Amino acid sequence: MLNVQDLHASVGGTEILKGLSLEIPAGQVHAVMGPNGAGKSTLSYVLTGRAGYEVTGGTATLEGEDLLALSPDERSARGVFLSFQYPLEIPGVPALTFIRTALNAQHKARGEDEIAAPAFLKLAREKAAALKIDFEMLKRPLNVGFSGGEKKRMEILQMAILSPRMLILDETDSGLDIDAMKIVADGVNALRAPDRAMLVITHYQRLLDYITPDRVHVLAGGRIVASGGPELALQLEREGYDKYARAA
Amino acid sequence: MNLTAAIRERDPTALPGKRDEAWRWTDLRGLIRVVPPASEAVDPRDVGQGPFEHLVSASYLVANGGRDVRIEVAAGEEQVVALRFLARGAGSHTARAEVDVAAGGRLTLLETYEGGDGGYVAHALLAIQLGEAAALERIVLAADGAEGVSVSEAEVRLAARADYGQSVLLAGARRQRIETRVAHPGGGAKLRLDGVYLLADKRHADLTTVVTHEGTDGVTMQMTKGVVRDQARGVFQGRIVVAQGADRTDARMEHHALILSDRAEVDAKPELEIYADDVACSHGNTIGALDEEALFYARQRGIPEVQARALLTEAFIGEVIDRIGHEGAREIVRLWAAQRLGG
Repeated sequence: MLNVQDLHASVGGTEILKGLSLEIPAGQVHAVMGPNGAGKSTLSYVLTGRAGYEVTGGTATLEGEDLLALSPDERSARGVFLSFQYPLEIPGVPALTFIRTALNAQHKARGEDEIAAPAFLKLAREKAAALKIDFEMLKRPLNVGFSGGEKKRMEILQMAILSPRMLILDETDSGLDIDAMKIVADGVNALRAPDRAMLVITHYQRLLDYITPDRVHVLAGGRIVASGGPELALQLEREGYDKYARAA
Repeated sequence: MNLTAAIRERDPTALPGKRDEAWRWTDLRGLIRVVPPASEAVDPRDVGQGPFEHLVSASYLVANGGRDVRIEVAAGEEQVVALRFLARGAGSHTARAEVDVAAGGRLTLLETYEGGDGGYVAHALLAIQLGEAAALERIVLAADGAEGVSVSEAEVRLAARADYGQSVLLAGARRQRIETRVAHPGGGAKLRLDGVYLLADKRHADLTTVVTHEGTDGVTMQMTKGVVRDQARGVFQGRIVVAQGADRTDARMEHHALILSDRAEVDAKPELEIYADDVACSHGNTIGALDEEALFYARQRGIPEVQARALLTEAFIGEVIDRIGHEGAREIVRLWAAQRLGG
């Protein structure tokens, strides 16, 4: 599914990713953990094509297709979805309008038919109910005046409706209380499927109590410096990142 | 400085220009060396339907000037009226309209400026009077041609407890200016004064307003938003004067503009002059680019760049269009704006 090899990337002339390699097969959930400043958010932005994140070496492919050659919206239409650490507020655009516009743009890019309004509303109602989101909230401008937890749930709702293949969750647990985290984790777990892969980026181990990863990687100094099973997350929680930060 | 006299006498020295403080960003004297001859008459039978005509009970057409219009609404009566100013060819012309809404009357005035491709010079003067507790919603769609020079000036007087709402939409021209001067001599009058300018290429639009509160308990809510691209230039001049004794006036002015290219320009001059003590007045003014983070967010969700920019700019001006009361007119205006932002 996702294959990243020897990826180097700079922001404003400073190299942040220094030869990062990572493979996530279809059907698996991998966690990337690391201290602040290790390059976790940079990894998510490089994979999604944000301006200002310059790739200076290496490759990133999804099902063999070169992601780095595609625009952000083309990557999205290929199934790459990033749940933002800080979801943006979009004044003046109701959440439903935004999500429907995105869904139809993806359909169009893939040469599929547009989804009609009644079918879309039915889909949105179902997915919102599963995430305990009040449907009325979807008529309000996206994320404007929403709490941190509501914004994160709105990210998962978009993920559920857009149904991507490659899910990247950037610090999705930040700003969530325990109840909100359970709802979000249930939403993410419902999307686990043999033809999907997930990359869960987090600083703390606690989200991984709810979303159990197949593999855990430690990102420090712009590279993956250690990999292991779920037990690696627990070890990091006990021992911290010190020894990896020194190794990097 | 009098545009009507300059056109009538074909005297370019009488045109307003940058030495006139209120015209310093829309310098007609510097632009027009020779005032063109009088516009030729237009046969009304050669003129098609206007954008609002299916919504109205009466429609007034002023084609290349030459006709004065008077619209009257009797006490307690309600009307929806279209007023169309057409400009064809490359001549110059002036027109006058008087609008009188008697006490308790209600009028929706759907006004359009429909310009052809020629280099015309057009001037429209409106005198609008609202009686006690009368209501008028004026929606102005200013769609002049790229080579035209078009100036519209409206003088509005509000009696006590009158309710006046205005939404002006401008697409610019070689020079285009819509000026509205509103006096609140009566107490307790309510005013909504909105504008949207959407400018591309080398178009220029100037939205100028002067509001004078003379009575007590008056309300002015003003919101203008603009989007300029290419080498276009937007001008906003908003002035609110609260005279001595106009106590408990509540006046808010906002102007926000998006500049979508390096060579586009916006000039803004918001002014509050307050001579009364017990008032609530404020103004806000911002000029900036489209939020790049929001743009990336929309693209990450699969919306292509051009469409994402259109979505965000439509949303930006949507807040002003949503304030239009007449539903049919509001949807026509929304479509008109979307067409101008889509490309």
